[in-house]
Amino acid sequence: MSDAPLIRLSGITKTYGRGQAALQALKGIDLVVEAGDFVAIMGPSGSGKSTAMNILGCLDTPTRGSYEFQGVRVEQLSRNQRALLRRHYLGFVFQGFNLLARTTALENVELPLIYRGEPSAARHAAARAALAQVGLQGWEHHSPGELSGGQQQRVAIARAIVTRPAVLLADEPTGNLDTRNSQEIMGLISAFNRDNGITVLMVTHEPDMAAYARRVIRFVDGRVDSDRRNGEAA
Amino acid sequence: MLWNTLLLALRAIRRNLMRSILTILGIVIGVAAVITMVTLGNGATRSVSDQISSMGSNLLMVAPGQRFGPGSEGAPNFKSADVEAIRDQLTAAAGVAPVVSKTATAVYQARNWSTVVNGSTNDYFQAGNWELASGRSFSETEERAGKAVCVIGETVREKLFGRQNPVGSEIRIKQFACEVIGLLKAKGQSAMGSDQDDTVVMPLRTVQRRLTGSQDINRVTVSVKEGASIDAVKAQLTQLLRERRNIGENEEDDFRVMDTRQIAETLTGTTRILTMLLGAVAAVSLLVGGIGIMNIMLVSVTERTREIGIRLAIGALEREVLLQFLIEAVVLSSLGGLIGIALATGASIALAGMMGIPYLFDPGINLLSFLFSAAIGVIFGYFPARRAAGLNPIDALRHE
Ligand SMILES: Nc1ncnc2c1ncn2[C@@H]1O[C@H](COP(=O)(O)OP(=O)(O)OP(=O)(O)O)[C@@H](O)[C@H]1O
Ligand SMILES: [Mg+2]
Repeated sequence: MSDAPLIRLSGITKTYGRGQAALQALKGIDLVVEAGDFVAIMGPSGSGKSTAMNILGCLDTPTRGSYEFQGVRVEQLSRNQRALLRRHYLGFVFQGFNLLARTTALENVELPLIYRGEPSAARHAAARAALAQVGLQGWEHHSPGELSGGQQQRVAIARAIVTRPAVLLADEPTGNLDTRNSQEIMGLISAFNRDNGITVLMVTHEPDMAAYARRVIRFVDGRVDSDRRNGEAA
Repeated sequence: MLWNTLLLALRAIRRNLMRSILTILGIVIGVAAVITMVTLGNGATRSVSDQISSMGSNLLMVAPGQRFGPGSEGAPNFKSADVEAIRDQLTAAAGVAPVVSKTATAVYQARNWSTVVNGSTNDYFQAGNWELASGRSFSETEERAGKAVCVIGETVREKLFGRQNPVGSEIRIKQFACEVIGLLKAKGQSAMGSDQDDTVVMPLRTVQRRLTGSQDINRVTVSVKEGASIDAVKAQLTQLLRERRNIGENEEDDFRVMDTRQIAETLTGTTRILTMLLGAVAAVSLLVGGIGIMNIMLVSVTERTREIGIRLAIGALEREVLLQFLIEAVVLSSLGGLIGIALATGASIALAGMMGIPYLFDPGINLLSFLFSAAIGVIFGYFPARRAAGLNPIDALRHE
């Protein structure tokens, strides 16, 4: 068990639709991610980055291929077991924020802890701490409608990391932000990776953001086009 | 898990306050309408049957003509001999009261009041379930001699004497003075809606001699002995009258014998139909409320599907999401149901008081409406959620 990598994708394909309208978004992805790594996924629009992230986050199922998480074959798990895998090991930051509307930042961040069955005192403390970590102290009782895009993105990140997941999956976490905000968010994510040992997989379009990662994977047309470590020659 | 899910359900209710209130309102209106209508209908039925039993049970009423009331002019009235024959031959009769009625104005000092004067015997009080509030009924001499004495109803007392005790006073009816010897206990409205207490009762002879000027008898009330078969007595009475009135084999009766049970059945049947009609109208409003709820739920399906997607993505189990929606639906619809029941109880008590009918709590209709409202809530709140919770999280999130 211990010698298995954190994540191993082998021959993952994903086809949307069927017959004439079928579209193969992923055409065979092989990928190994070790625990503690910080991986940036880049590539042109429509190259299948989000599709791959959704499969990695157990939000979607691949058409073919195998996905092993800590040596466990994910496609052999039941719906409930996959939900428990998400609950206990994964944190997801969506391309859109996907916060609950008309619900305060605090309650949004608390949500994963409620499903984990944390007692309310511990839950509140952890949620407040997570919000403070993303710089939202004092904004606990604002709902998404009362927060800026950058602030909503921070709430989404706080919700993803409040459970101290093994893996943080972030789909364009800085996609809607200006440079300064982006830098701050990337700083936060790097800190989680460095200080809390959270493995990070992040989709981004911007080379500046990818520069924070230790490893950069390029997707082109549903395949891995290149896979290199930052600092290595391109 | 249950506790946490309850917390989530309550948060969802608070989060969508307007939607929650509208849902509750839909149920409240429907439930309150159904319960109020049915409760009032039941009260009306009860009040009618109460009035019927105040008429006295085991009663046969004989009147000339085929129908009661006006339209019986063609058929001849009864004679004293008919009454005697009934008394002699109908062994199962406990009391036989011949009645002559005439509208007349009663005067006391400066006050006058138009009322119905009934001429009869003491059997009249027994058969009609009348009790005396004060004074006495007729003596044998008074009956035989046709003395000018009378027993008056509560309405007549009120109109002529106010709160004063009328017993011993003299009132004038038409041209003659008449001593009030008794006051009847109030009975209220009759099942047909007329005021039973608006009456003056005198010995039969007195009315025949001084008011109608004929020996005719308008109707006969026969009370049947306890334990005797009403149907048998009725048949016997009909046969007797047919003979006395010389009705041929193939001719129709020119009189009618009604028994109180029959009247009661007709009247309660009518009110029961009315209750059912009211209930049906109210059920439509419950249905409309349900459609309103369905509308609200369908409008919010997109948002709620995305919400379910978020919850699933965060690690909620399908059954946790479903339980949350189920709790939410049950809380909203039972709250609506309870408020509806409370409202209906208040409205029914108030309206029953205004209409002068008794308030009867009907556990059946309360339970039924409550269960129906709960079912509506669960069907429209829970089933859309069931579909969404079965999706891949990402498909629920992408729902448009
Ligand atoms: N639910 C879906 N149904 C059908 N086709 C889909 C669906 N989701 C994605 N696709 C298609 O799959 C391909 C890959 O989409 P994906 O969202 O993975 O791209 P991406 O690399 O994340 O792009 P972007 O950088 O614009 O976010 C696209 O051609 C897209 O049209
Ligand atoms: Mg994408």
